Amino acid sequence: MFDYSQYLRISKFPHIWCPGCGDGTILKGLLRAIHQLAIQKDDIVLVSGIGCSSRTPGYVDFNTLHTTHGRALAFATGVKHARPDLHVIVVSGDGDGTAIGGNHFIHAARRNIDMTMILFNNFIYGMTGGQVSPTTPMGAYASTAPYGSIEPNFNVSELARAAGASFVARTTAYHTTQMQQLFEKAIQKKGFSMVEVIVQCPTAYGRRNNQRTPVAMLNWMKDHAVPVKAAEKMTPEQLDGKFTTGVLWDIDRPEYTEQYQRLVEKVAGDR
Amino acid sequence: MTNAKKPVFIQGNHACVLGALRAGCRFFAGYPITPSSEIAEGLAEVLPKIGGRFIQMEDEIAAMGAIIGASLTGFKVLTATSGPGFSLKQENIGYAIMAEVPCVIVNVQRGGPSTGLPTQSSQSDVLQARWGTHGDHEIIALVPSTIPEIYSMTIRAFNLAERYRTPVILLLDEIIGHMREVLVEPSDNDIQIENRPVPDCDPAAYLPYEQVPSDIPPMAAFGSGYRYHVTGLCHDETGFPTNDPQKIDRCMRRLNRKISRYADDIVDYRIEGNDRPDVLIMAYGSSARSAKQALRMAGDTDPRMALFQPLTIWPFPEKAFQEAASPVRGVVVVEANNGQMKREMERLLDTTVPIRLVSSLNGEPIVPGEILKAAREVM
Ligand SMILES: Cc1ncc(C[n+]2csc(CCOP(=O)(O)OP(=O)(O)O)c2C)c(N)n1
Ligand code: SF4
Repeated sequence: MFDYSQYLRISKFPHIWCPGCGDGTILKGLLRAIHQLAIQKDDIVLVSGIGCSSRTPGYVDFNTLHTTHGRALAFATGVKHARPDLHVIVVSGDGDGTAIGGNHFIHAARRNIDMTMILFNNFIYGMTGGQVSPTTPMGAYASTAPYGSIEPNFNVSELARAAGASFVARTTAYHTTQMQQLFEKAIQKKGFSMVEVIVQCPTAYGRRNNQRTPVAMLNWMKDHAVPVKAAEKMTPEQLDGKFTTGVLWDIDRPEYTEQYQRLVEKVAGDR
Repeated sequence: MTNAKKPVFIQGNHACVLGALRAGCRFFAGYPITPSSEIAEGLAEVLPKIGGRFIQMEDEIAAMGAIIGASLTGFKVLTATSGPGFSLKQENIGYAIMAEVPCVIVNVQRGGPSTGLPTQSSQSDVLQARWGTHGDHEIIALVPSTIPEIYSMTIRAFNLAERYRTPVILLLDEIIGHMREVLVEPSDNDIQIENRPVPDCDPAAYLPYEQVPSDIPPMAAFGSGYRYHVTGLCHDETGFPTNDPQKIDRCMRRLNRKISRYADDIVDYRIEGNDRPDVLIMAYGSSARSAKQALRMAGDTDPRMALFQPLTIWPFPEKAFQEAASPVRGVVVVEANNGQMKREMERLLDTTVPIRLVSSLNGEPIVPGEILKAAREVM
């Protein structure tokens, strides 16, 4: 069995997550990916905002930075711009990353700065007790949408792609093998990479939306995920209500810190 | 940059750029706003040439976050803004206080609230500099009044940030930010550059927020082999969030104490004019320039006047001010706001000493004649 403890701050356990929460599953996938890539602990900076998902960095033995709500990518940009040799990984929730942090999200993607963002999409504000988020599906219930949300939701992966990310992928907390592989690809990719992980929040989302157990929520993921290859052969009707998983977008674009380094070489010594 | 340089005739914002570079600043993140943009523009030109980093972020919140991230890797960092942007930075300034991350924030003040007076001067952010971010905290804020002072106090801002592991605010205003004066950059012997204390212990034993006797624990850079946790939550000595009331109390008291106990070393001020004054003028930043002119105009006529000019507005040189004001019959506070510091002075002085305010809220400099008039009327 994989020895997770080599990467954990064991003294900081027990963690704050509810029983059945999927956030720990994503943490495990991330640690396995990092192990597979053999990246040194000293060379990783794990940055987060505020939320249940954003508590992830506290439990791992890297350089860890738990910032303000929505601002993880801004802090991470400072870290990466200063030390392009470090691996910068950002973990964020759907509220953190696409509501209050939406502006930083599109601009980090536009700059194509070399970092990996893992977006824990649980369709809800978990930490604050289940308020509606930009990814809450229309009609779904939240504490601040007691009659069902009337707002359209973001497609986070489409947003990242349109804003300029060079790598975009989607997976779920059910598809753990795929998750690890996508994390590996994303971390290796030069440029801004984003992996959206659909993850269960039984406490704040499932309870309100007729998915009463974590198992029911994982089954929902299993039944509604369609690999991109399979989706190509399906009609829009067949895809209705489903979501695609796997690598959604992978291109090469000039990366920010490399562009900056080129600029430095060009103007160095000019006075 | 070794020997004393030739005199240059430059703008205040440009002097700030030169001071920052001299202090060792190699990272700037900002967002354009009048009347501060020349600082970003100056550094956009120079930093890439010397291998430093410049970035224009998507807003002021992001700029503040970016400099904190860069400081955590060991860089000396700067951002510059004005009123509306200063408001946006407040949450992350609090983060830098809580997480003890050195950084310098320049606010070239303009009129407010809101978009206010984009191209005209004001000193109405002095209390925001003190209390702008939520929660109990101490803050260091400097208020230069001349172009050479902007240069030297920018360097001092970096030194204080590094020494105390804290954000330092440099409060300029549109008048001195855009005014030109002669600057002679001092030689290396005449300036002191300080760098943050770094740990030399075994990384496994490193406590980033240790209760050390000095109250300022050494700070490791990310990527230097010391892996630790940084958070804006109340934390224990390891940096990890805690709900333990005792640990929270210890952390919060140390955070406040690490500035307050060194207040005597931090405060700076200047007293000039008559050494047995009847009236004491309290003025800072560009308003101190008007006050000095009032002093010159008064000459030897009555009342006898002296100027008390704080160079650190926070911590305020309280004891020195109380001493300077103790023999006088009246105090005149001169500031381009509706009496923000006057209220502070009322708190510091015996209630029997009358205090007058001479202010400007319309973006215009304060007229020296008005100060003179107030000085004659106050006693
Ligand atoms: C500026 C600010 N606004 C609001 C909050 C309160 N807050 C904390 S976490 C959170 C939402 C978290 O939701 P999400 O980002 O989706 O993460 P999750 O908890 O679901 O993992 C909010 C609104 C805050 N900490 N800071
Ligand atoms: S509230 Fe939801 S997201 Fe937060 S720990 Fe509980 S299950 Fe997880």
